[in-house]
Formats: sequence, structure tokens, C-alpha cells
Amino acid sequence: MTPLLQVQGVSKYYGARIGCEDVGFELYPGEVMGIVGESGSGKSTLLGCLAGQLAPDAGEVLFDTRGEGLRDTLKMSEPERRMLGRTDWAFVHQNARDGLRMGVSAGGNVGERLMAVGARHYGQIRGQAIDWLGRVEISEDRVDDRPGMFSGGMQQRLQIARNLVTGPRLVFMDEPTGGLDVSVQARLLDLLRGLVREMGLSAIIVTHDLAVVRLLADRLMVMKDGHVVEAGLTDQVLDDPQHGYTQLLVSSVLQV
Amino acid sequence: MTHDPVIALSDVSKSFVLHNQGGARIPVMAGADLSVAAGECVALTGASGAGKSTLMRMIYGNYLAASGRIMVAGVDVAKAEPREILSLRRQTLGYVSQFLRVVPRVPTREVVAEPLLVTGHERQEAMARAERLLARLNIPERLWDLSPTTFSGGEQQRVNIARGFAYTYPAMLLDEPTASLDAENRDTVLTLIEEAKARGAAILGIFHDVAARERVCDREVDVSAFTPAAA
Repeated sequence: MTPLLQVQGVSKYYGARIGCEDVGFELYPGEVMGIVGESGSGKSTLLGCLAGQLAPDAGEVLFDTRGEGLRDTLKMSEPERRMLGRTDWAFVHQNARDGLRMGVSAGGNVGERLMAVGARHYGQIRGQAIDWLGRVEISEDRVDDRPGMFSGGMQQRLQIARNLVTGPRLVFMDEPTGGLDVSVQARLLDLLRGLVREMGLSAIIVTHDLAVVRLLADRLMVMKDGHVVEAGLTDQVLDDPQHGYTQLLVSSVLQV
Repeated sequence: MTHDPVIALSDVSKSFVLHNQGGARIPVMAGADLSVAAGECVALTGASGAGKSTLMRMIYGNYLAASGRIMVAGVDVAKAEPREILSLRRQTLGYVSQFLRVVPRVPTREVVAEPLLVTGHERQEAMARAERLLARLNIPERLWDLSPTTFSGGEQQRVNIARGFAYTYPAMLLDEPTASLDAENRDTVLTLIEEAKARGAAILGIFHDVAARERVCDREVDVSAFTPAAA
């Protein structure tokens, strides 16, 4: 099996400060990897570099494209990368407002993505949009409402529908459950877990919530000060952490 | 049928290093050797704290071994990549812990059928098998569509056992499968273990219940023999 994503030596500096340094890993089809670490550990910087939103200062991000096999996404032209962003990749932002078009209806938010990859039949687009709203548990009678009329949890679910409707192969998620009530989080996590399984998605999830990665991620990378300090099977890293920082992180979680 | 053991450990050691408590190094196991053949059930014995659960967790890849080999159906868990261990856990190695790790909102029936669904079984067949197991373990049918989150401790344990026995793993790790069960359910669990042995599963278990151990286990391994000599 070929990895879907091969990352080598990715480094990003903000002046003299390290954003992230010398990060490398391979992600296989169907794998979900979590990246944890405290604020400022470089996890969002790394995600930005991987998803083509930030230009790293060094390194390679090779993606197994459908047409041409492994390509370094950092060397792609802007139109090529944007096409990848519309077809094979998806990005779920922490703040749903960053990933939605607030002036367009819920159905429009989902349908727009289908049109971007060539769908033209209005009835089919609307039908598929309604189907996807159902899958993220938004009822059909809300299809014409704007996202501003939705609760935070619903907006997040709408953002997920908008991102997954085109059947991407790799999803980047930045704190997908951040800022939501715990009950809403549980529902969202369960939903994500089901969709990842059903669609055989690969995903990279950045979060500081260890419960989220335990539930969603097969593998885990722990970052501190821009470096990966530990990586491995999620339950192994959480139950038998080897690095001092991971031990601190795991032992700092309050038990409920 | 081959006579190679399904599970084989050689010279396995383990220590915990507590970086945030002065870097204290606690050796918990050294020179662990054991093997389990197909169709065999081996009991781990030894006092509480002797390392029975630690050994089981190392075989499952949940704890990292410091050295040695942990072969399970041809894969060395001590050195394998995460995805190799995940694949081993899906296809080959089952683990029934004492506690169910509950995923919010997933119905009991799905929780039990999941190991079958991820190994590509037909949905209908998977659900039918899940229901048979739930019925055998006396989980009332009216609970099958509910999430086990709110079930009693005993019910959750039985759901966990049903889940553990849904797929026919060639190797199984059982951590006190009969603890705190009533006589009838205990008997059902022991029968499930006997059925698994009969189909050729290699089973390694912790059984504090002596009568249960005598009924299903072929031999015992005392893990105190693997306790490192006090330095």
C-alpha cells in the first residue's frame, strides 16, 4: 500500500522563532492521525503547512494524487493546489464561520462545492445537499436558512457537510470540537467517527483535547515547542507515554 | 494444522520511567517467556501487582515493551508500526478488558457488531450475530437500540464480552472475563471461551475465579517469575 501523504522535514520559522521544525510522517489511506500539544506548540502551524495554507521554509509534502501519483504539493502551481483543495482535500476550521459562506443558505453552502467540481443540474445539487444535511443531522426544512440562524454546533455540522460532499480523500481538521458544549461535542464526534469509517477517509486532526483523539485517531503525534516529541498508536501514547512532556500532558487531564 | 504457537513471547522486559518524578525508573518485568498454541487457553497467575495486566497490555500493543519479542500470528508487536498493530487488532487479536469504553450515542447492537463490520461482514449477518450474543448474555432486547452509556456496570461488562466474542479472533486476551457476573452469565462466558477454544483460538487470560480457571484453562503461567530482581 502506498501512503496517501508523505511528509519530510517540514519546517516553518517566524523570524528567529520556530513554528515547527523537521516534522516527518507517513499517512496511509483510511488512517486518522491526531496532533496534540499545548497552545503555541506548533500544531496549527504544521497543519497549515500540510494543507497548503502556509508556505514552509523547508521540507516536502507528497500527496498521492489520483491522476499523477505522488506529487509535492508545495511545488504545485496555485491553480493545481486549489483544484486539489476542491476535490481530494477538505479543511474543517475550528470556527465554522471561517469555513462557511455566511451570506448563502445552508443548501447553497453545500451545493456550491458540488458546482465547483462541475455539477450543473439544480435538482440533483439540491437533492444531494439535502441528503448531506440529513447525514449531519440538519433537518430538510432548514435548507434555505442562512448559517447565521444556526447554533454553533449546527454551523460546525454544516461546515463538515460542505467539506465532505465532494468525497475528499484527506480531511484536515483544526480543533473541530473547540468552543462547543460537551453534549454538542459528543454528537459531533460520533458523527465524524461514523463518516470517517463509512467513507474510508484519511484525516489529520489538530486538537488539545486528549479525549477527542482517543475517540477519533488511530495514531497520535505529540508536539512541543515546534518539535514532535512522541508519536505512535493513540492508546499506547496515552496509556504508556514515554516522553516527559506527554506524561505531564496525560497526567494533567482532570478525571470526571 | 501448524503447531507454531499463535502467541509467543521471548525475553520481554518492561520498565516505566517517570520523567516528572525525578526520572524514577521502575523495572516491572524482565525475561518474560511464554507461548500459547491454537486451541489452548493459558491463565496468567501471580499476586496483584505482579504484572499480569501489564503483560497483556504489552501483547496488545497498548504498552511498549522495552526489549524482547512479542510474536502474535507472525507480527512482532514489540517492533510493529501502528498500522500493523491496528490491522492485527482488527483481524487477529481480540482483547476483552474489564471495562467497556463507551462511545456516546452508538446503540448497543452496533457496539457489539462493530468488530464484524470492520472486518467486512455483511451488515445483516453482523447484526444477527450481535443479537444472538446479547440474548445469550441476558441483555434485554429493549436495551439493544440504546447506547450502553447509561447501563449498569454488570450490563456494560456483558456488552463488552459480547463485543469481544462477536468476531472469531484467532487469538484472544481476556482480563477477568467472569469477574462480578452472576452464576448464569458466568457459565455463558465460560461456554463462549470453550467454543472459542474448540474453533482453534489461542487464549491468554487472567482469572481470579479459581473454578473458572480450572474449567477452561489448560495450564498456568505465574508472572511472578518475570518480576525483576530488586536492585
